Amino acid sequence: MTVISYRQALHDTLRAEMLRDEDVLLIGEEIGLFEGSYKITAGLLAEFGPRRVRDTPICEEGFVGAAIGAAMLGLRPVVEIMTINFSLLAIDQIVNHAAKMHSMFGGQARVPLVIRTPGGGGQQLAATHSQNLEVWYAHVPGLKVLAPATPADAKGMLTAAIRDDDPVILLENLALYNTNGEVPDGDHTLDIGTASVLKPGRDLTVVAYSRATVVALDVARRLDEEGISVEVVDLRSLRPLDRDTVCASVRKTSRAVVLEDDWLSYGIGAEIAATIGEGAFDYLDAPVRRVAAAEVPLPYAKPLELAALPDAAALTRVIRDTLDATRFAG
Amino acid sequence: MAEPSSTAVVGTVLGTTEEPETLRGYYRQMMTIRVFEQRAAEMYTKAKIGGYCHLNLGEEATVVGLMVALRATDYLFTSYREHGYALARGAEPVRIMAELFGRTGGLSGGRGGSMHLFDPQLRLLGGYGIVGGQIPPATGAALALAYRNGPGPDREAVMCLLGDGATNIGAFHECLNLAAVWHLPIVYVIVNNQLGMGTTVEAAAGEPELFRRGCSYRIPGQRVDGNDVLAVRKAARAALDRARGEHQPMLLEAVSYRLRGHSVVDPARYRSDEDNQRARALDPLPAFRAQLIDTGVLDAPAAAGIDAEVEQAIAEAVDAADRSPAPAPETLFDHVYATAVANTYQGLPGDPVVSP
Repeated sequence: MTVISYRQALHDTLRAEMLRDEDVLLIGEEIGLFEGSYKITAGLLAEFGPRRVRDTPICEEGFVGAAIGAAMLGLRPVVEIMTINFSLLAIDQIVNHAAKMHSMFGGQARVPLVIRTPGGGGQQLAATHSQNLEVWYAHVPGLKVLAPATPADAKGMLTAAIRDDDPVILLENLALYNTNGEVPDGDHTLDIGTASVLKPGRDLTVVAYSRATVVALDVARRLDEEGISVEVVDLRSLRPLDRDTVCASVRKTSRAVVLEDDWLSYGIGAEIAATIGEGAFDYLDAPVRRVAAAEVPLPYAKPLELAALPDAAALTRVIRDTLDATRFAG
Repeated sequence: MAEPSSTAVVGTVLGTTEEPETLRGYYRQMMTIRVFEQRAAEMYTKAKIGGYCHLNLGEEATVVGLMVALRATDYLFTSYREHGYALARGAEPVRIMAELFGRTGGLSGGRGGSMHLFDPQLRLLGGYGIVGGQIPPATGAALALAYRNGPGPDREAVMCLLGDGATNIGAFHECLNLAAVWHLPIVYVIVNNQLGMGTTVEAAAGEPELFRRGCSYRIPGQRVDGNDVLAVRKAARAALDRARGEHQPMLLEAVSYRLRGHSVVDPARYRSDEDNQRARALDPLPAFRAQLIDTGVLDAPAAAGIDAEVEQAIAEAVDAADRSPAPAPETLFDHVYATAVANTYQGLPGDPVVSP
């Protein structure tokens, strides 16, 4: 184990996979000479050259689609889309093409493509650059959507994504790049489609993913000091979704809150709440609550931005409300 | 309306030293497409075929000219109007018709239908139902070729077909630009049948001479008479040679005229009687047949013999396709993913999402 940042874990994984497999190449805007908007690819152009670290013109639909075609011929492209907001320019190629090809062509085409892209608000980037659109992709059969919260999972999931023969969207988060954590040395892959119980607890389950998982862990540790035992389930994989782990946790704790950075209506939390409603109904002592972003185009001004985004205080308040609602439940 | 080149096919035939057998082969291929598409239209009216069904009627010379220019090692991406290309590339008619019927014997196992024919052995990497959706993947296939090999006369190349309407989408321009800055071995072929659904090229394109649309990317363009099979073949071979030999992307425009509506359900009321007369006058099949007879390559009985053989072969293909089994509902979740992973939900409508 070595303690490194989430950014370093992504960088090191890209480098290791490029060293391991000549078919792995990187495609994206400003990933080479500029070394990436968030410096995930720093140094890789110098090490691997422009053939394998390919800067693109500004044309998300073109270069994402080109990566699909390269993958069809057996390469394993890892595309960086500068932020998930720009992925909307490529959504026809992602949803109508990458997600469909293996099935629509009768199992004869494979698209071993990875799209890495960060989401998240809180950087005063205003409405068009602060979105959490992962649910758009998590809705689509044929895609796999991963959302690691820790440096270790970033390594394990990116490795698994690169070696997987399906199109995988790996959601990163601007607020996570500088977070640190222990990462296994050497080869480390995770099973796509599995959630992780990051902290066991008795009284209530918080379900989260990506940055929200880090917030949830922090809240859970603070509540431990008050004698409130919160279990944190990190989804890690939004499609496929590990419903069994979520329901097993809630069957144990009888209460659940979802923390998510996306908008509330039709969000990841809605899917989790419905899953719990079906899979743990008889065990519930309180309604499942969601702590999600306010439903506004995110404003630039800091007080408005802060008011809109879910945070530790909001989660703590909802956990207390949920426990309070059931204090006489026995 | 853009007029195709007035160069007469008969002049081309006379001006070449083609083997008569080759020319008769082209006639047979064109006739095969004609008859297949007519039978497809008939099967659609009998509800044997569902969804959308777009035919290559009137484009047979373009289809055959392009396909015979390709090498077996080249890759092909097409639009959704692609039955003829699959036939001329060498797919068995029964496997195409079975796909149209939604059967397991179809080129895509019945999962794609008319617009999504795929055959890895033929390096036919898909018909694509979204207008221009094939352009980025085709460009990426050429990127994969360039990634693995430099240019050379024996290298592989990609041919990307698209309709005139697709030259107006953003991805067309993004990809021409990518092909230019990355020096990719690809030939984009605009199959200009002069109508995007009911919209004329003149109404849709700021530069209606579509082969000039590569100018912004310094991609050489050429227009060819799409009703002249040998002219199409010659232009396509030259473009492919430059693509594979120099990694110079190319843009080719083959102009023909759609004989019928956009799809089999389109009565094409937007077309005037004059338009329809012109379409029939430009019909490449009777013209090619007449020219082969005029030049002694065929005589009328030999032509009739080929026609009868083609009719017979397609009739047998239709019958055989109808004997291919439909996919079983139990196979519904096959091929959603290539790599199996945990917790992939495979519930049918109404099934529980969580095991009790």
